[in-house]
Amino acid sequence: MHELGITESIINIVSNKAREAQASKIVKINLVVGELAGFVPDCIEFYFDSLSKGTPAEEAILNFQLVPAQLRCRNCSAVFCPQDTLWSCPKCQSHSLEIAGGRELYVESIEVE
Amino acid sequence: MKRIEIIQNVLDANESIAAQNQRLLDSHNVFAINIMSSPGAGKTSLILQTLSKLKKRLSIAVIEGDVASTLDAEKVKNEAFAVVQITTRYMSENCSLIANMINRAIQNLPLDDIDLLIIENVGNLICPSELLLGEHKRIVISSLPEGDDKPIKYPMIFAGADAVVINKIDFLPYVDFDVPSFQNTIINLNPTVKFFQVSCKTSIGIENWCSWLLNEIKTNQPAK
Repeated sequence: MHELGITESIINIVSNKAREAQASKIVKINLVVGELAGFVPDCIEFYFDSLSKGTPAEEAILNFQLVPAQLRCRNCSAVFCPQDTLWSCPKCQSHSLEIAGGRELYVESIEVE
Repeated sequence: MKRIEIIQNVLDANESIAAQNQRLLDSHNVFAINIMSSPGAGKTSLILQTLSKLKKRLSIAVIEGDVASTLDAEKVKNEAFAVVQITTRYMSENCSLIANMINRAIQNLPLDDIDLLIIENVGNLICPSELLLGEHKRIVISSLPEGDDKPIKYPMIFAGADAVVINKIDFLPYVDFDVPSFQNTIINLNPTVKFFQVSCKTSIGIENWCSWLLNEIKTNQPAK
């Protein structure tokens, strides 16, 4: 449900950039979304359709680049993408891990006319 | 067609307001904690226990976040120095508190007269995990009837917690909750986390939780 506020932020960011660039229409928005960020692209898409009406982002295509969860082993420093819910290092089987990637949520770029 | 590179974190706006909130709280020497859990884990009960234990030593304000109703604010209003209710039902971020809501709430509190601000977040283990409010410590409550698998299902909220309070510990004889395995799952992701085993019903463990809190408040105060 928090995708509603997030979608508003995305529209604000891209609309401001489009205005700065004196572009009248945003054709495509490239977003990077991490698997662990807790944001569901379908939900963002759903809210985007109604929230973008009347903004330069209206009818823009949302392109999601999904970043998988990435963990770093605190024992042997191996970096890997976990394959199941019980996280362990594939090299040394340690469970002591830190999150190395997959929390991202950012606007990478826009394509404008 | 022209491509414009942006690379802007969508949560930047929230994070900058959260940092602003923390500066405001620091300038008035107010220590803030953000209490998060699933619905029914005992956020309000822990706050009531904390108030009853510490209200003679500290001036405590509470911000209550709820999707609807003022039930929780009613429960704490007689014990706390000040209570602000935030009802998120009509807001766009209706599943969790965001920094902007806290910003408005703290503008209306007499911060010079407050030592501790307790923020009770909306009951939810997903949305609050990425949304900073300006708090000094992030507290997650898990209760025994919920089961010990919550850190596996919702790793992010536990990975970002400064302390995890295991509530309803008096249920231990009646439920299959493996406390060491629960704690280990969290330590694996978050080695510096503190644990407190409490029962808000019987008051077991509340003393430990409150001494830790007092110590954190003391540590945060600027040297005189």
